[in-house]
Amino acid sequence: MVRSSVAINRALPGKIAAALVAAIVLGTLVAVALRAEAGRGLGPAEWSAIRFTVFQAVLSAAFSVLLAIPVARALARRRFYGRRLLISLLGAPFILPVIVAVMGLLAVFGRSGILNETLRALGLPEVSIYGLHGVVLAHVFFNLPLATRLVLQGWQDIPSERFRLAAQLGFGPRDIFRTLEAPMLARTLPGAAAIIFAICLSSFAVALTLGGGPRATTVELAIYQAFRFDFDLGRAALLSCVQIALVGAAALVALKLSNRDGFGTGLDRTVQRWDAQNTLLRALDTTTITFAALFLILPIALVILRGAPALTDLPTSVWSAALASLLIALASTILMLALALPIAIAAGTGRARLEAIGLLGIAASPLVIGTGLFIVINPIANPFALALPVTATVNAIMALPFALRIMVPAVRDTHANYDRLSTSLNLTGLSWLRLLLIPRLRPNLGFACGLTAAMSMGDLGVIALFADPQTATLPLQMYRLMGAYRMELASGAAVLLLALSFGIFWIFDKGGRAHADA
Amino acid sequence: MLTLDALTLTQDDFQLTADLTVATGSRTAIIGPSGAGKSTLLAAISGFLPPKHGHIRWQDTDLTQLPPGSRPIAMLFQDNNLFPHLTVAQNVGLGLRPNLRLTQNEQAKVAAALARVGLADMPDRKPAQLSGGQQSRVALARVLVQSRPLILLDEPFAALGPALKTDMLDLVAALLDETNATLLMVSHDPTDARRIANQTILVADGKAHPPQDTQTLLDSPPDALKAYLG
Repeated sequence: MVRSSVAINRALPGKIAAALVAAIVLGTLVAVALRAEAGRGLGPAEWSAIRFTVFQAVLSAAFSVLLAIPVARALARRRFYGRRLLISLLGAPFILPVIVAVMGLLAVFGRSGILNETLRALGLPEVSIYGLHGVVLAHVFFNLPLATRLVLQGWQDIPSERFRLAAQLGFGPRDIFRTLEAPMLARTLPGAAAIIFAICLSSFAVALTLGGGPRATTVELAIYQAFRFDFDLGRAALLSCVQIALVGAAALVALKLSNRDGFGTGLDRTVQRWDAQNTLLRALDTTTITFAALFLILPIALVILRGAPALTDLPTSVWSAALASLLIALASTILMLALALPIAIAAGTGRARLEAIGLLGIAASPLVIGTGLFIVINPIANPFALALPVTATVNAIMALPFALRIMVPAVRDTHANYDRLSTSLNLTGLSWLRLLLIPRLRPNLGFACGLTAAMSMGDLGVIALFADPQTATLPLQMYRLMGAYRMELASGAAVLLLALSFGIFWIFDKGGRAHADA
Repeated sequence: MLTLDALTLTQDDFQLTADLTVATGSRTAIIGPSGAGKSTLLAAISGFLPPKHGHIRWQDTDLTQLPPGSRPIAMLFQDNNLFPHLTVAQNVGLGLRPNLRLTQNEQAKVAAALARVGLADMPDRKPAQLSGGQQSRVALARVLVQSRPLILLDEPFAALGPALKTDMLDLVAALLDETNATLLMVSHDPTDARRIANQTILVADGKAHPPQDTQTLLDSPPDALKAYLG
């Protein structure tokens, strides 16, 4: 095809945006590396953080994936009322603020949670949610749904004809497992485990709230502590280098092992199964689904139940934090669009490799970028005064890989289907953007904006590094209330945060879909 | 007059040569076995495939270096001739102004074109709300408002049933009578050629042959065409 001047102009803004992202991510990495006092070496505290980080990530990935197998199998072979809703709910943790989930888990598993209340009533010893098992529990809460979606996708990818043939040949559940399901699991599980392992490596908010102490500190949390408590930039930078190596390596492995996007479309199809009709398997699947649903829904339901009455008593500090969060979410959404749209246009119209730039956001963790930005900004301006813009920027970059995954295929389709027509009509430049691309991309743009805004709304990461006592986002304010044992108010703030996160997602997503045409 | 001057087109290891002229105001079918390069020839004339050698001229203007939208050409493709998210009137209006900021006069032209193809009462519909034949009519209305002297059809009606296709070809013929435009039309169906085209270019064996009288060519076809016609 013709590589006309039009095509070149279309790629240029994308290249600029990609260069900007690379400059921010790589620039902060360089800043961190230069500032790191490598001569000091890694002390016992650092090694312990590294060990804990890897160990908890291994456990989190293993439990998430192993538990996902029975849940996904039950969802794959059963039809029941609410199945579609449950599968949609499996996508919800993606935009569920971590701090709200932690609050919910505390309501179930915490010192005065319903589990320990029951144990006390029965005269049994209590369990503590803090430490390694609390961190792993929270990670399983977040990643079991993701793992279930990935494994369910694997089940759906087995052609239904295979099950028909198996039924024809008189296969029992065991034979089906051996010939159809085991090979699928062998293909699917390593990728799913690797993704979750990589996600859990850069866990910050969970470790901040449920971990801590010398025996349950992740590298990400150690960066924060070095930064906030000791104000030891050299050590924070050194830990950042460790974190870059860890997460970067894990992200590469995860990328190699998986080729799925995890947004899983078409998951609400059930396959007719002739092998699973006996009562025992039916009971097993019912129990599995019930427990999984309870595990995922109960904590959030408790938060809502406890927090809703406190909504009317929320102090102004919470409302102003909510306003700050809303502004940050909108700012990072705008910034994400300004970066992702040009990159998606370039990547979808022939420069496919540009999409990889978004992956930088996966390889670098928020606190590493935060530390780097602090080091860069510090000589020029007061970084604490820039807490909100910095948070918005980092959130936008973190959302970029997801946004590109959502947008690039749509740009590619539009280009493939309508490039000749628009070229022959001289539909170029801004008219092309306004009349062709944006309308065609609207549902994707809405979804990407919704995800970005919600993720940013619930984020508790960089803001914890940069905020002074007067500034707070809603998640940070909630964390402070929890730290001060103002649990009533924290629950109220949690409900507000939940409503804002899901509300802003819903508005963007709905806005994208309204009046969308085939 | 459209001149293909010592034209060589290559696509991967496929090669097609053409050295011929098409008279202004004529209606020419391009016929030949599938894979022979009929669409490739049209892609070169419309500017989507830069030729390896040679020149494409319309009257005295060399088109070879012009981008597709700047050529004196209106073209309909095999599919995707309408934008599904735009209304019928907007789709037609794009033929006048790519930014769709139409003057009153231009809006009147759009309405007139829609009336001419029999769709006066549905300017606000989206393509998905139309039948296949109506969608073709919208595309023809756009060709009409584009009022370019050269019209290229790359089998846009192939997906329609025989009766509808005949209707469309008759509509095209009527529009050509009114505008005196020159038509080049790819077809794999000799009855299409007989119906509308007074001359035919045979594309076979890596060569686009100069146009011949359609009746003569189809009544006593050379070997390459005979094999295709069966």
